[in-house]
Amino acid sequence: MEDNIAISVKNVSKNFRLPHEKADSIKSVFVNPFNKNRKKFELQHALKDISFDIPKGEFFGIVGRNGSGKSTLLKIIAGIYQPNKGSVTVNGRLVPFIELGVGFNPELTGRENVYLNGALMGFSEKEVDVKYKAIVDFAELERFMDQKLKNYSSGMQVRLAFSVATVLAESDVLLIDEVLAVGDADFQRKCFEYFKQLKKDKKTVIFVSHDMSAVREYCDRAVLINENKIIFSGTSDEVAKEYTKLFLPDRHQAQEIEEMRKSAKKGETGRKWGSGGVDMAKLTLSKKMFENSDKEISLSYTIKASKDFSDEIIPGFTIKDAKGDPIFGTNTDILFTKNKKISISPAKDITTTWTFPNIFNEGKYTVEPAVLSGSNGVTLQWWDEAITFRVINEKSTPYPVTPEIFFSIED
Amino acid sequence: MNFIAKTRSKYRYSLILLRQLVITDFKLRYKGSALGYVWTLLRPLALFAVLYVVFVHFLRIGSDVPHFAVYLLLGVVLWNYFTEVTNNGLSAIVGKGDLLRKLAFPRYVVVVAGSFSALINLLINLVVIALFMVINGVPFTFEILWLIPLILELFVFALALAFILSALYVKFRDINYIWELVLQAGFYATPILYPIAMVVAISPLAAQIMILNPVAQILQDARYFVVSKESETISTIYDNVWMHLVPIAIVIIVAIIGALYFKKKSPGFAEEI
Repeated sequence: MEDNIAISVKNVSKNFRLPHEKADSIKSVFVNPFNKNRKKFELQHALKDISFDIPKGEFFGIVGRNGSGKSTLLKIIAGIYQPNKGSVTVNGRLVPFIELGVGFNPELTGRENVYLNGALMGFSEKEVDVKYKAIVDFAELERFMDQKLKNYSSGMQVRLAFSVATVLAESDVLLIDEVLAVGDADFQRKCFEYFKQLKKDKKTVIFVSHDMSAVREYCDRAVLINENKIIFSGTSDEVAKEYTKLFLPDRHQAQEIEEMRKSAKKGETGRKWGSGGVDMAKLTLSKKMFENSDKEISLSYTIKASKDFSDEIIPGFTIKDAKGDPIFGTNTDILFTKNKKISISPAKDITTTWTFPNIFNEGKYTVEPAVLSGSNGVTLQWWDEAITFRVINEKSTPYPVTPEIFFSIED
Repeated sequence: MNFIAKTRSKYRYSLILLRQLVITDFKLRYKGSALGYVWTLLRPLALFAVLYVVFVHFLRIGSDVPHFAVYLLLGVVLWNYFTEVTNNGLSAIVGKGDLLRKLAFPRYVVVVAGSFSALINLLINLVVIALFMVINGVPFTFEILWLIPLILELFVFALALAFILSALYVKFRDINYIWELVLQAGFYATPILYPIAMVVAISPLAAQIMILNPVAQILQDARYFVVSKESETISTIYDNVWMHLVPIAIVIIVAIIGALYFKKKSPGFAEEI
C-alpha cells in the first residue's frame, strides 16, 4: 500500500447467511440429524465488490439509503465483521465511533466509566490519566465524576461519552457513523464543531450519513452505495446530487403515485372524524412531488353538506411533517380575520383552493383538511392523513421550513 | 519490523482491555450488597464451616485421613475454581454480545477476563485455607509451592474448556444446561467430598479411571503436597509411569482444540450473536 493511502478497501463482498430455521438448539441436531433441510439457508448479499482508496487527511463520505449496505461496510472497515471476499487495509490506528458510550456501566462512577471506555478503545490507564482533566472539562461534569452513571441524566451520559471519544481519539483514522449527530440542538452543534476541527486538523475521517447537507459541508469526496454496490463516486456535491436522484420518481413510481392520487380523490385514504353534517372529497394537490423549481403548491377539496345541514363553515388545513409535527396550517377565519362568511347548504357543493409557497425542507409531508362550524367552532369534519406529498430540496436547512430569502447589503 | 510492531500493539490492546475488564468485574461483583468485599471472605468461610460440621462431625467419612477438614476444603476450593472459570467463560461471549457488535477488540479477552476474576477468588480462598491449616496444625513446607504449577494446569484446562464452551454457546444455546449437568456429575465423579482411597478399596478400576480426569489428578496432587503425604495420587494408583502423563496430555489436547476452535469461530461472533 502506498504511504499516502490511509484506508484501502479492495473488492469487498459480504453475504449474510439467513438460515430458514436456525439450528440454535442441539435438539434439532439430534432429533433429525439426516434432515437435509436443516442446513438450508438463504444467502443475503449485503455488499458486492466494493473498492476505494482514501488518501491520508481526507474527509470521506459513504452515503446511501437505509438498507443499502453502508452500515455493513462501516462494520467491515472497523473490523467487526469479516468480509467474505476482498480485504480492508488500514494504515495507522483506527478508532470507530459507531456508537457513543459503548460498554458504559450504570453501576460504575463517571470516573470508572471513563477508564473502562478508554480501555475498550485501546487506551491504557496512563494514557487516560494524562487526558482525564481535558475529558472532564470538555464534558463539563467536574462535580459528578464520582457519582454512579445511573444517576446521570441521559444528556449527561451522552456528554461524557462524547468527550471521552473525542478527547481520547487523536488517532490517525476516525470512523464516524451518523448516529453521532443525534441529540439536542446544543449537542449537534458540538458535534459539528468537532467535525470542523477534524477537518482543520487534516484527520482522515470516514463519515457515514444520509444527511446530504452535512456530507456537502464536511466531505471532500464520497461514494454512493445503492443496492449493495457503489453506483457513484466523486466530489461530495456530485454524490449528493446523485443521491437526491435516487428519490426522483421513475415510471413505476409515477404510476403508483397516480394511483394514490386517484384513491385520494375518492377519499379512500386517511380517517375522517367530527360532529358531521359536511363531507370533504376530491382532495387534490397540484403535484405529488415538489422540487426547488416548484415555487408554489396548491391544494383543493370539495365540501358537501348533508341533506339537513346548512350553516356557515370555516374550511382549513394543516400540514404535518413525517414525524407528525405540524409545520403550518390555516383556515378562512385566520386568513380573513373572521370577515369572510362561507355558507353551505345541501343544494350547492363548494370547492376550496389554497395556494402557498414551497418553503419545505426535503421530506415527506401530510395534508389534513378540516371544516369547522362557523357558529360555534366545533369540528364538523377533520380528515386525518388525507394526502401526502414529497419534497426534494437541495438547499434543506436544519430549521422547520426554508423560505426563499432575499438578501442585500449596503456599504 | 512492521510485523513485530503490529503484534506488540495487538497484545498491548488485549492487556489494557483485560486489566480493565477484570478490575470492573471485581468492582461490580458485590455492588449494592451491604457487606461488599467482605463476602469474598465470608462465602468460603461459611462453606467451610458447613462442610466441617457435616463431614468431620457427622458423616466422619474421612476420619482416617489426617487433617481431613483441610483436605476437604482444598478439594472444594479447587473444584469451585474450575466451575467458576468454565461458567464465566461459557457466558462470556454471549453476555458481551452488545460490545462485540460494536467494537473490534480481540474476542478472547472477555473469556480470559472471566478466568482471571475467578483466579482472584481462588487466591482469596487459598488465604482462608492457609488460616485453617494453621488452626488444624498442618505443617507448612516448601512443597506447598507445587500448588503453582498445579493451579496453572487447572487454569489451562478450565480456560481451554471455557473457550470451547463460549464459542459453542453462540450457536447452541442448550450448552449451558448440558454443562450444568456435566458439572454436577463431575462433582460426584471427582474425589472431592470423599477420599479416593475409599474408591480404591471398593473398585481399583473405578479409581484408575477416575484419576485420569485432570481435575482429579490435580486435586490429589495438591492434597499430597499441601495436606498429607498419605493422600493417594496418580503415581500411587498407576505403576506405569506413562499413565501418569495421561491427564497432562488431556489438558494439552483440550487446550489445542480450544484455541483452534475459538480462533476459527471468533471472526463470526459479531454476526451470529
